[in-house]
Amino acid sequence: MHRVAEFYRSTPGKKFVTTVTGAVLFAYVVLHTLGNLQIYFGTRMLNAYAGLLHSVPGLVWAVRFVIALSGTLHVVAAVQLTIRNWGSRPIRYMVQRYREADWAGRTMIWSGTGVAAFAVYHVLHLALGSVHPDFVPGDVYHNVMAGLLVLPVSIIYIAAVVLLGLHLYHGLWSFFQTLGWSHPLYDSWRRAFATAFAVGVVAGNVSIPVTVLLRLIS
Amino acid sequence: MRLTLHIWRQRNRNDRGRFVKYEINDVSPDMSFLEMLDVLNQRLIEHGEEPVAFEHDCREGICGCCGMVINGVANGPEKGTTVCQLHLRHFRDGDVIYIEPWRSRAFPAIKDLVVDRSALDRIMQAGGFISVRAGSAPEANTVLIPKETAELAMDAAGCIGCGACVASCPNGAAALFVAAKISHLGLLPQGQPERHRRARAMVRQMDREGFGACSNHRECEAVCPKRISIRFIALANRDFLKESLAPSEATSGKAKNAKK
Repeated sequence: MHRVAEFYRSTPGKKFVTTVTGAVLFAYVVLHTLGNLQIYFGTRMLNAYAGLLHSVPGLVWAVRFVIALSGTLHVVAAVQLTIRNWGSRPIRYMVQRYREADWAGRTMIWSGTGVAAFAVYHVLHLALGSVHPDFVPGDVYHNVMAGLLVLPVSIIYIAAVVLLGLHLYHGLWSFFQTLGWSHPLYDSWRRAFATAFAVGVVAGNVSIPVTVLLRLIS
Repeated sequence: MRLTLHIWRQRNRNDRGRFVKYEINDVSPDMSFLEMLDVLNQRLIEHGEEPVAFEHDCREGICGCCGMVINGVANGPEKGTTVCQLHLRHFRDGDVIYIEPWRSRAFPAIKDLVVDRSALDRIMQAGGFISVRAGSAPEANTVLIPKETAELAMDAAGCIGCGACVASCPNGAAALFVAAKISHLGLLPQGQPERHRRARAMVRQMDREGFGACSNHRECEAVCPKRISIRFIALANRDFLKESLAPSEATSGKAKNAKK
């Protein structure tokens, strides 16, 4: 077997794939969040930004391709690992108390499933507009405002972002460990980094539906 | 002290197993957990019942035999302690205690609290040899090792192979054990020639044994009787990644091409 195939068959190899693809998806989430926050600068700014992204030939499709590829690899490797992990303890403990393993870490497969389902909905809602009540192609500002004024939709958005935050809270920390990036000089910053970005992504993205619902911007 | 024990009883590998409740009221807080089981077993023997099988050897916290899950925590409530070094003073009079064996697909049940941990031995064997002169004893200090390096290697070598890391891991992963074994030789000059090959061989055997995958939950580190740090998992991951993706030109099997 080729060494790379053997690497992917190993558990640390699959974990490496989830980590690297997770980092790509995380980078996209950060850029996407920064893009979203331009809603606070008004209609012209947000629509101009969207126009700018679409004006670069091939940019949108290149990003979609990278995200789809990373997302697929991330999900496939994670599901394979999870199935393996579920099978590793056929008889469960009668009593099990965790000292360190936190809730965010133990529910990665579920927060991930939630985020993946939301990603599909989100594309249909605000990118393609097929589940949007009043979709105007190109008018991003209008689409966001009209879309998020529907209360159940806003709740879905908020819930999904919170799930993403939980996923990042564990994933961003785990990233360093899986790649072997551990060093006494920097270890204490890994937790801080993960917490800061998880909180930042949640705060930035939750603020938008909340602001829209409270009609602080219109 | 009075204690209520719920102990996992299982006659053999094919028996389904069940919890059996035992009331015990003549133990002292100065007794170790294993001595409490000794008292219980003596009573069972006197009543003509089968004593509870549990593994134990040195009873001084260095052999790694006596692992069991006590009230949901591998090796019990005290940190950095094996079960033999856990004393009843850490429990309260009247406590209800659940005692279970290590549970893992890779550790088949033998009897009661005893499981077969030879999967860990097979991982060690897969690691193979290190290149040392096997002739007469070498002159002392022929190979100089910085004190800090020796101590870090000793931190990893502190692993007694009890399997608490596997037992406590939400995924049933053996990552901490394997990482300790990879690191302890990999940090020392004597372990360098086979360092990366060893990491790959041990990980391959670990996967064959049916352990889960490491999700960096840090539960292993919290229950390890030798307080082995998950930093070694990161070190071992580095060795494994290096050997898997960018092995040494000399050992990657394509060295002969260099002659052309």
